[in-house]
Amino acid sequence: MEEVRLMKGNEAIAEAAIRCGCDGYFGYPITPQSEIMETMMLLKPWETTGMVVLQAESEVAAINMVYGAAGCGKKSMTSSSSPGISLKQEGISYIASAELPCVIVNVMRGGPGLGTIQPSQADYYQSVKGGGHGDYKMIVLAPASVQEMADHTVLAFDLAFKYRTPVMLLADGVIGQMMEKVVLPPFQPRMTEEEIREKYPWGTLGKLKGNKKNVITSLALLSEEMEKTNNHLQAKYREIEKNEVLYEEFQCEDADYLIVAFGTCARVCQKTVEMAREEGIKVGLLRPITLFPFPTETIKKYAEQTKGMLSVEMNAGQMIDDVRLAVNGKVPVEHYGRLGGIVPAPDEVLNALKEKIVK
Amino acid sequence: MKEEIIISGFGGQGVLSMGKILAYSGLLQGQEVSWMPSYGPEQRGGTANVTVILSDERISSPVLNSYDTVVVLNQPSMDKFESKVKPGGTLIFDGTIQHVSARKDINIYRIDASNYATEHNMLKTLNMIILGGLIQVRPIATVENVLQGLKKSLPERHHHLLPMNEEAIKTGMNLIEKVN
Repeated sequence: MEEVRLMKGNEAIAEAAIRCGCDGYFGYPITPQSEIMETMMLLKPWETTGMVVLQAESEVAAINMVYGAAGCGKKSMTSSSSPGISLKQEGISYIASAELPCVIVNVMRGGPGLGTIQPSQADYYQSVKGGGHGDYKMIVLAPASVQEMADHTVLAFDLAFKYRTPVMLLADGVIGQMMEKVVLPPFQPRMTEEEIREKYPWGTLGKLKGNKKNVITSLALLSEEMEKTNNHLQAKYREIEKNEVLYEEFQCEDADYLIVAFGTCARVCQKTVEMAREEGIKVGLLRPITLFPFPTETIKKYAEQTKGMLSVEMNAGQMIDDVRLAVNGKVPVEHYGRLGGIVPAPDEVLNALKEKIVK
Repeated sequence: MKEEIIISGFGGQGVLSMGKILAYSGLLQGQEVSWMPSYGPEQRGGTANVTVILSDERISSPVLNSYDTVVVLNQPSMDKFESKVKPGGTLIFDGTIQHVSARKDINIYRIDASNYATEHNMLKTLNMIILGGLIQVRPIATVENVLQGLKKSLPERHHHLLPMNEEAIKTGMNLIEKVN
């Protein structure tokens, strides 16, 4: 039988990364995600799987170590929280441009600036709309439970290698710090160098006699070359949009109104839906699991069925833009959120729903 | 069955570990559990609290605005959370708290744990005394499961302390008294 464990979201990420054959973790501590590296240090995977766990001298160093490891076709990852993720943006842009796979975990805290250490979702724009410079996208996964912290770590690596692109796991302080039941993924051995050469021939593991030289770069001095790179990236993003959308529907079938929320807010809103239904208000919850690609088509479909939508986020209203683009003016879309590290309570959301949408 | 609990006190009183032991007990009972700590600056000297949910069904929000059971170990926690007990719910407070909720629609219990622990040199197991009181009036977990839960959340090198904790739980079960 599968073993059920009780652990924090951050610990689940560390366990899952080791189990799915991650080759290297490079990070710099910051609350509320320090348990990721702490757990890895406790588990000492370098003694079992041979995985490298390294505390870098800074966030900038960490993301560039990931860049280097990813260039060798290795499964590499980093993690941080909001201010630290801002520091990593240059590296992420380079990695996206160089088409390398890696996983970046952001356990969001309240900003802007050094902000607070409490949970927030205010890095939605940064994660989904670019963050670093240039026309690039990351696949962004938004776990809403400790189980998903483990599952999405494995999924993130799979998607990263499938599309040769950075994948972000966008969680927040609640999901990182809380403990829930979790069943960890099975152990997969790390790939050997031969396996990597075979599976990822683009990797720069050292040129063997007779092989052509692999070059990994994000620099093209000729604009024509750079436009080609850009077109290729954009084609890849359209492919991702077509294939990889994930979402969860909760009591949506007969819904007159729809709440759209991800991560912790989706958990809170699930309770709001239950409370509203007790009062006879038919509300459903749509939880985007991938924030890029966004479940645009599904929301478009619900714009035909519902009378209004409420986007609930721990920010001043960011995902609401994507909801509105999908709805395209068909029904009113309003936002409810708390800022700076405060998690909205289920009854607060219910009141907002009544005030703004159910009239 | 679903029990939504918040435990609140000073940092260092063992509030978070008490919640953890409850969560492990729920796990052993085959329930869904969530354990959400306050991990902010309050953990470092101010009031710390933890929300624990034990449920037979999938748990929605780990963050709540009202609770079936509220356990408070200091005055600021009493002031903050007494109004958050659901009507018909349970409020348990430590005997050192002076100003107690005047609510008539909830069950209020006093447990003179801090004073007893100080007198009997049991301050290290204060949280287990409280936990004993809690499971006496809210039978959400058996003593056996709590002890098993404690064993799971305690590193093996501390397992020789288990009998001491069992004694504390039993003490708490006898110490708790209804006040309204």
